[in-house]
Amino acid sequence: MDLTFQKYMLSNGITLIVKENHHAQSVVVRGHLHGGSNLDGPERAGLASFSTSVMRRGTERRTFAEINETIESIGASVYVNSGRHLTGFGGKSLAEDFNVLVEIMSDILLMPTFPAEEAEKVRGQIITGLKEAEDSPRSMAGRYFRELLYGLDHPYGRSANGTLESIPGLSRENLLAFYRQTFHPHDGAVVVVGDVSSQAVYDTLEAALGQWQPGHPPPDTALPEPAPLVEKVRYIHPMPNKSQADLVLGTIGPRRQDKGFYAAEVGDTILGQLGLGGRIGLNVRDKEGMAYYARTSLSGNLGPAPWTVYAGVNPTNIDKAVDLMLAELRRFRNEPVSDQELADAKAYLTGTLPLQLESNEGVASLLLEAHLYRLGDDFIARYPALINAVTPEEIQTTAQQYLSDEVYALAIAGPYTEIE
Amino acid sequence: MPESNNSEIVSYTLPNGLQVILKPVHTAPVVSNWIWYRVGGRNEHPGKTGISHWVEHMMFKGTPTFPKGSIMLEVNRNGGVLNGFTGQDYTAYFETLPADRLDLGLRIESDRMANSVIDPDEVTSERTVIISEREGSENNPEWALYEEVSAAAYRVHPYGHMVIGWKEDLHNITRDDLYQHYQTYYGPHNAVLIIVGDISVAQVQARIDELFGSIPAGPPPPPVLAKEPPQQSERRVLMRQPGTTAYFHAVYHTCAGNHPDSFPLIMLESIVSGASLGGTPTHRSARLYRALVETEIAAQANASYRPSIDPGAIHFSGTVRHGRTLAEFEAALNSEIDRICQEPVTEEELAKVRKQVKAQFAYTIERVSSQAYWLGWQEMLGDWHYFDTFVDNLSAVTAADVQRVAQTYLKPVNRTTGWFEPTPEA
Repeated sequence: MDLTFQKYMLSNGITLIVKENHHAQSVVVRGHLHGGSNLDGPERAGLASFSTSVMRRGTERRTFAEINETIESIGASVYVNSGRHLTGFGGKSLAEDFNVLVEIMSDILLMPTFPAEEAEKVRGQIITGLKEAEDSPRSMAGRYFRELLYGLDHPYGRSANGTLESIPGLSRENLLAFYRQTFHPHDGAVVVVGDVSSQAVYDTLEAALGQWQPGHPPPDTALPEPAPLVEKVRYIHPMPNKSQADLVLGTIGPRRQDKGFYAAEVGDTILGQLGLGGRIGLNVRDKEGMAYYARTSLSGNLGPAPWTVYAGVNPTNIDKAVDLMLAELRRFRNEPVSDQELADAKAYLTGTLPLQLESNEGVASLLLEAHLYRLGDDFIARYPALINAVTPEEIQTTAQQYLSDEVYALAIAGPYTEIE
Repeated sequence: MPESNNSEIVSYTLPNGLQVILKPVHTAPVVSNWIWYRVGGRNEHPGKTGISHWVEHMMFKGTPTFPKGSIMLEVNRNGGVLNGFTGQDYTAYFETLPADRLDLGLRIESDRMANSVIDPDEVTSERTVIISEREGSENNPEWALYEEVSAAAYRVHPYGHMVIGWKEDLHNITRDDLYQHYQTYYGPHNAVLIIVGDISVAQVQARIDELFGSIPAGPPPPPVLAKEPPQQSERRVLMRQPGTTAYFHAVYHTCAGNHPDSFPLIMLESIVSGASLGGTPTHRSARLYRALVETEIAAQANASYRPSIDPGAIHFSGTVRHGRTLAEFEAALNSEIDRICQEPVTEEELAKVRKQVKAQFAYTIERVSSQAYWLGWQEMLGDWHYFDTFVDNLSAVTAADVQRVAQTYLKPVNRTTGWFEPTPEA
């Protein structure tokens, strides 16, 4: 497979990566700038998310309605959003409409006006979404799990969407200040994949973004170290009118750039991914028939994100499901994985790579990930070797370092009030 | 119009009735293998609702050659992904694999077509998995409202129950019921095999003959006899349950997917709610968003029309913004519905949808799995060739066509309106 791409630096320091794919008629743009909900602060939970939502709603050149009409009239999409560490932006269009997509995208990034009435519309939508989440056991279990694991003082412990307490207090000035103080091209990146010419993409993006030089320094994105758990912590959020309970159990996992990440990735595949959800799915769903979903999630990113086991179960089965999960975590820590499991996980992770590379979105995601985590320009080519080098001992070491069946956070939301 | 290059498609039927559709695409070293069965919620009867979805699950639970758990594991360890899903009109399984591993997908599908065990112990354990799947959906009030509205809208036709089935039926369906359903509907006489990807057609044809050719055909499955009588009065559903948010869901009965009104209905849906052929629906310049979300009555508002084998429905649904009311949502929606009945849509709106559909179709055919899905879905509705002409047929719809179908179907007497009105937690 042809993995070559072109890499450029725009005048203001944004890295541009272009992968030409002439089999497709479309073009996909994905980019990021540093700074996301990690900059919200304890009093302003949801600020990054709120602010980026309003950015799309009016610029010096176009109203919200005009942006929508322009983009939707060509069957394209454009977005700005915020993650825990990054602001994401991009879109998708037919290759013939690439210049329109870039024009709208750069308008949104460079000259948003934060119209007051649009901010109020978005506020109402966020509040409605937060009310809906309060009625969702899955959302509530996830929210309380993060609070337990990191505490509300740590950015990872807070809701990135904000809360019913924080959102009403965020003013238009707060949204504008977030944009003016944190949006910065420093260390930003854009990946473009599709039926385009690299040089033409460079010329277009240099003209659109290259001169963008905000008059403030880049934001300080350093993340405090979360305080490690010293004992198991549990929280039960009763929702007596629901049919099913959702539970999330886990610990603080590795960063994407940590040495043990590939061992964690292979191990997680064995523990909670392969087939119907690895060992966890096999026991909780397949053998015991207790759940429709039961699996794990390893979400390593720039900071120490959680490593979790999660499931939705009938309330009568919660204690049993938790016991099964803990037993699997114990076994995962105490015994090396089998050679067969290891071979299966490696074959899955390396074998599905061509599937991911089939689409422009898949290629763009991998190229952006490789850039963000400094994995090297040949990361995609080297990925199989990185995975195949993982040993059972490394997986066990990683499991012992990060996972625990004794010191963990457990959040349960649903028609349930007692445990053990 | 985008070229789908379907001139390269090879299509034929084996003596046992299995239809085969092969499309070579050599842009990436991947292949997507699909088997479609003409069975789903529409083939079910009171007391046995949910049985098709349950059989779909059981066909992952093993044969003598691929024992329980091994189908997923084998596909994963060969670098593939897979799934199965059941709708009202069909059941489909797919494996998307590195191109040199297609044989595994073919062996799995031919084997479970002929040799699924449906072991009694596995039926017992899967019963609770499926009830758990249903209970997960019940946690979502939008889903619960959809179920209630569907049940009220259909008095006779099986489209009135959700594909997962009623919980009472899930408690009562037996292993013998499941096995009989499997034998009736899941044979070559009721199936379509579709392969899109980096294949050599001649080699694949030979292998299909070897693996599927000897599976015996069963008798033709019983036809679906139920016909929904014309609705005689407007119906309303009021759900009052603990919750935090109000939801709205209305349906109007429409026509069968192969009726000439079907494309005008897709155009109508796209004009009020944005084209949604796949990928991200782009709807913020569409009528419902402007009338309900921009006015801050709703947090979201959508229309949805999916062509179906038997006469189906067009849906209008949304989330009421916190602090606003269901009555306001309904009034604003009804005034948009009146407008599309009374005034022709504009040429600009038609042109916008045509471009959206052209773009979304181009996005869709970029993945072999999406192409195979589209071929299969169109074949379930009647003919895979619809895939070739879909964009042209939709583009040919006129403003007069849209107004005609609006006036035909969007009448109060044809409507079932549902409100989910949250009450405080008990």
